[in-house]
Amino acid sequence: MNDKIYKVILFIAALIMPIVCGGVVYALVTDAYEAFEHFGFFKFLTSSEWSYTEGAEQYGALPFITGTLMTTLLALIFCIPFSLPVALFVGEYFKGTRVAAVLSTVTDLLAGIPSIIYGLWGFYTLRPLIMALNISPQGSGVLTASLVLAIMIVPYAASLSAEFIKMVPNDLKEGAYSLGATRAEVVRKVIFPVAGSGIFSSYILAIGRALGETMTVTMLIGNTNNIPDSITSTGNSMASIIANQFGEADGLRLSSLIAIGFILFLITALINMIGKIMIKRARIA
Amino acid sequence: MTKLKIKNRLAQDRLMLWSVCLFAALTAVPLLAILGEVLLRGYDQLSWSFFTEPTPTAYKAMKAIEAGAPIPGGIANGIIGTMIMLGMAVVVAVPSGILCGAYLAENPKNRFAQVVSYLTDLLQGTPSVIIGIITYIWVVVPMKGYSAIAGSVALCIMMLPLIIRSTEETLKILPASLKEAGLALGGNKARVMMKVQLPAAFGGIFTGVLLAISRVIGETAPLMFTALGCSFIRFAVDKPISAVPLLIWEFFNDPNLQELIWGASLFLLLFVLTLNLLSKYLAKKWNQ
Amino acid sequence: MESVTPILEFKKTCVSYTKQTMAVKYVSAAIERNTITAIMGPSGCGKSTLLRAVNLMHNLYPNIRVDGEILLNGENILAMEPIDVRRRVGMVFQRPAPFPTMSIYDNVLSGFVLNGIKLSKVEKDATVERCLRSVALWDEVKDVLNKKGTFLSGGQQQRLCIARALAMKPDVLLMDEPTSALDPIATKHIEELLLELQKEVTILIVTHNMGQAKRISSKSMFMYLGELVEYGDTETVFSKPSDERTKAYLTGKMG
Repeated sequence: MNDKIYKVILFIAALIMPIVCGGVVYALVTDAYEAFEHFGFFKFLTSSEWSYTEGAEQYGALPFITGTLMTTLLALIFCIPFSLPVALFVGEYFKGTRVAAVLSTVTDLLAGIPSIIYGLWGFYTLRPLIMALNISPQGSGVLTASLVLAIMIVPYAASLSAEFIKMVPNDLKEGAYSLGATRAEVVRKVIFPVAGSGIFSSYILAIGRALGETMTVTMLIGNTNNIPDSITSTGNSMASIIANQFGEADGLRLSSLIAIGFILFLITALINMIGKIMIKRARIA
Repeated sequence: MTKLKIKNRLAQDRLMLWSVCLFAALTAVPLLAILGEVLLRGYDQLSWSFFTEPTPTAYKAMKAIEAGAPIPGGIANGIIGTMIMLGMAVVVAVPSGILCGAYLAENPKNRFAQVVSYLTDLLQGTPSVIIGIITYIWVVVPMKGYSAIAGSVALCIMMLPLIIRSTEETLKILPASLKEAGLALGGNKARVMMKVQLPAAFGGIFTGVLLAISRVIGETAPLMFTALGCSFIRFAVDKPISAVPLLIWEFFNDPNLQELIWGASLFLLLFVLTLNLLSKYLAKKWNQ
Repeated sequence: MESVTPILEFKKTCVSYTKQTMAVKYVSAAIERNTITAIMGPSGCGKSTLLRAVNLMHNLYPNIRVDGEILLNGENILAMEPIDVRRRVGMVFQRPAPFPTMSIYDNVLSGFVLNGIKLSKVEKDATVERCLRSVALWDEVKDVLNKKGTFLSGGQQQRLCIARALAMKPDVLLMDEPTSALDPIATKHIEELLLELQKEVTILIVTHNMGQAKRISSKSMFMYLGELVEYGDTETVFSKPSDERTKAYLTGKMG
């Protein structure tokens, strides 16, 4: 095989990516078109009606966009008190030790558990607990979904943050110690400011994960097509409404579901792009 | 500087250390809780027949429950379906992913390569439910039906970016001298890639493939719109087929079959976590 | 005549990284107030290790053991709180490393910030000016105090790090090859600065540069394989070394 053929073969293999990604966008746009045309793009985003009575079909994405944003934001809030200590444990306090390796393995395994099993655990263990604690009568809802979602994104946020915490130069830390700082003060006043943009970007990527998580949310959010009015009420996320209704939908409803998928695709792509750019900048600095 | 103030600061320091340890340790709780629950509840369902027999019908299960007997049948249809779809996905995704990764590693500064690299990130970050929609539009609609082929296309699309990334990264960290030595001996680029670089990168690529498999094997949502599911053992690739995560979803939704959830979950969980640990272990071994 | 307590005294100080190997072996020496003492020796002789023992840097690494005594104004620092000791013993490292997220102004005050000490605006301004003046940086940076410290040149950065250490008014200033990363002109500036500074602070400087030791120090130590081989007036050590190993080092037969 000569170099020319070799180059052509590699190039063809690389063409797969533009073809697949182009295909994704093309398919989503053409199949979502009907819904956008029927309701109008902006109207579709802001309408909270979701009814499929024949002849008076009304579909709007607002309840699901709200559901997705609520679950993601809550999951992020719940995840920080755990992912930050894990990152400090692995990246600073016990850097390079056996216990740190064990903890990394634990978080790796957490990242490996399939989302349907998280869903089962949330449904059979966490939901009864939430009912028993009288937090919400039906147990499922935005809060329950967010709690499990938080556990799922801890590994992503923690491992990337730990990487940035590890990269803080020893010179700076020793400089701070030599001025009489305690370790806690070094962490707060040297490590966090220096690794800050990297840590921040790892949370952006964790958000990217949480936005599209499907099965866990579907099994725990309660699946009602309303805008959740509190964190304990039920709702649906963009991913969960698709998982719930895609199989039985056709016509305008199918197109509306695909339109929701398209919006979800755009949001995750945007968030991931911001995260990646920030990570690149943080790595260079 | 008063003694009291120093004491205060040291107390704060200790508090920080202990809270870091406590909260870090707490993250192990969900892992243990999930493993424990699935193990305890799924353990007594595992038997030989659980792996050799297909799912029972709801009617059969109901009868068994009424008679107080254990639910007959197992998840053989799901295991076989998963293996068929995974096999087809691997056959396509691994070679094309490796070639694409090799392209990225060979042309790091090329504008097109940068675009491909960006799109790889894009695809990797795309929620799996959207991959399901896409495969439905691309494959299910033209073929006029759900099929194992559609399911494997979905799995393949999800595996591709992972394999591309691991290939690219492994090739990039190989010492440049390796490639140069090969070229100096008169090999052309293709030969050096095939005979020197790829074999040297085998460990990294192999663990990347294992990780990619462990990532997609538990995927449920994309298979719901593509493979659909099937209650008996089937080998045809153009017909609906089952998969282990699809079965768990069915059991979850069918009150008569709920007893089977935990056995199936235990099997899936052990399989995924073993693959995960294995790939981590191999990566460590190959790095030495 | 009344005997004066030396500001710093090593008494059979040992540092070991592992159980078998000792990096510093039974060093005993008294350091005089307001002098510059140079510590010389071939690389790996334990000179940096000895220096780092003085502000308890070794406590940061659990495997390292320090034995014997190190007295600061007659008090054994090995029995004291590290954060207390380090405030009284400043340190300047090989590579200049101002905190990249802080301005020049905040870098000078970083010791107070890290120690949780609140100063008024007037105190802050006065401290910053005093410290930057004593490292001869004030005129160069007084208009750009809000810029990040990392914008400065290497030599300026190192002077900023010295100012940062001086802000805490330490009794002793430890310097671990502070000019090894700098160009000759910046090195000359720092040396001149140290000669001035010894009026306010006792300086212990590790250097691999014999010329530097000769130019700035009044006392010199020579270490070899962890032992303190020779300690005396710099002039004597250089002109009439009493130990063969010192002689070999000074004449370039070693190191």
